Amino acid sequence: MIRQVQVENLAIVRGDRLLFEGLNFSLQSGQAMSLTGRNGAGKTSLLRAIAGFLRPAEGNIHFKGASGPLEPEEARAGGLHMAGHQDGLKSNRVAEDEFLFQARWTGATPGGIAKAREALDLDVIADLEVRKLSAGQRRRLSLARLIASPRPLWLLDEPLAPLDAAHRTAFGLMMQAHLAGGGMILAAVHDPLPIGTLSLEVGG
Amino acid sequence: MSGFWTLFRRELAMAWGKGGGPIVAVAFYACVATLLPLAVGSSPQRLAAVAPGSAWLALALASLLSLERLFERDYEDGALDLLTLGPVPLEIVSATKCLAQWVSTGLPLALFTPIAATALGADTRLIPLTLASAALGGLGFAFVGGIGAALSLGSRRGGVLIAVIVLPLFVPPIILGGGAMAAMAGGLNWQPGFLLLGAYSLAAVALGPFAMAAACRNALS
Repeated sequence: MIRQVQVENLAIVRGDRLLFEGLNFSLQSGQAMSLTGRNGAGKTSLLRAIAGFLRPAEGNIHFKGASGPLEPEEARAGGLHMAGHQDGLKSNRVAEDEFLFQARWTGATPGGIAKAREALDLDVIADLEVRKLSAGQRRRLSLARLIASPRPLWLLDEPLAPLDAAHRTAFGLMMQAHLAGGGMILAAVHDPLPIGTLSLEVGG
Repeated sequence: MSGFWTLFRRELAMAWGKGGGPIVAVAFYACVATLLPLAVGSSPQRLAAVAPGSAWLALALASLLSLERLFERDYEDGALDLLTLGPVPLEIVSATKCLAQWVSTGLPLALFTPIAATALGADTRLIPLTLASAALGGLGFAFVGGIGAALSLGSRRGGVLIAVIVLPLFVPPIILGGGAMAAMAGGLNWQPGFLLLGAYSLAAVALGPFAMAAACRNALS
């Protein structure tokens, strides 16, 4: 289980454009960090690099557990959730099927599934096709797996953008509970999150 | 194991869900098999001579149809990220997807192959061998086709690119499968062709997932 993420001297290049270089930060168990920066500064790329999808041009990403350093593959497998605007939902499938697949695939327990259903108010949209959901309802559906299958590190890309006020508050409470349980959150945002966070400007 | 079943059931549900890929593939197969007599002439001797080979050719073409969506739709909507973060490595994810492709599309096509071959005039004695070799060859088509589908991720005109990558790799099963049927029709030993077809398909099952996983990782980065 990941207790710390440490980023050292990270540089990311997309195509032939240098997004940022010399980025250093560390995130401990129980902490959240907001990534800010202009459009195209590399916030999403940073999240994808930590998730292991992008290879950084330079620098290192270290994961530490309770008993010392973890191998990156070992830490990432089952250790992190990535949720962004690419929500992976199939528009011609029923919301309930997609939720159950995403939750079970990431290792949810029946208890976790029930909790997520309740927390994100999924019952009202369960039998709808994903294509008929609003942007906010889609987001709730894709965030549900974070609650259903507990993983220590949440990588969020504009998580609140399409949510209404009530669900923003509700998801804020879920983030707080996640941090209180020793989790970590790294979120790319333009509007501040409803919880206390560290903050990091990307590509300043 | 539960991860495998979770993904396998989803892939089958998506293949058989709206859009009905397998039914379209079988309908395409029927169209090609129907066009053939119109092109080469309806003389029974001539048709019977080309029936095994044409049935295999049509099977190969029909197997290509739904490959484009195998990885592409998960890549486009971000589900491939999620599949990467699951309980099993991307190699097993790829193998599961190809296995589901074989069950949902390859087996219905294999069931239709003896019908098409017999309708074209192949001897009815060939039906069991036709069914078995089409099912076995279809397994190879699914796994080799998956490599083409993964390699063409993110390119425009992915479908055409898949065909160009994959059709040359479909040469051995077409030769071996069609050859085994022609050998049996001619009263010769059909076993070597059938066994080599099995070797081809098993090699594709064993090696294909590594190539697919590497191509998917490359597309995601």
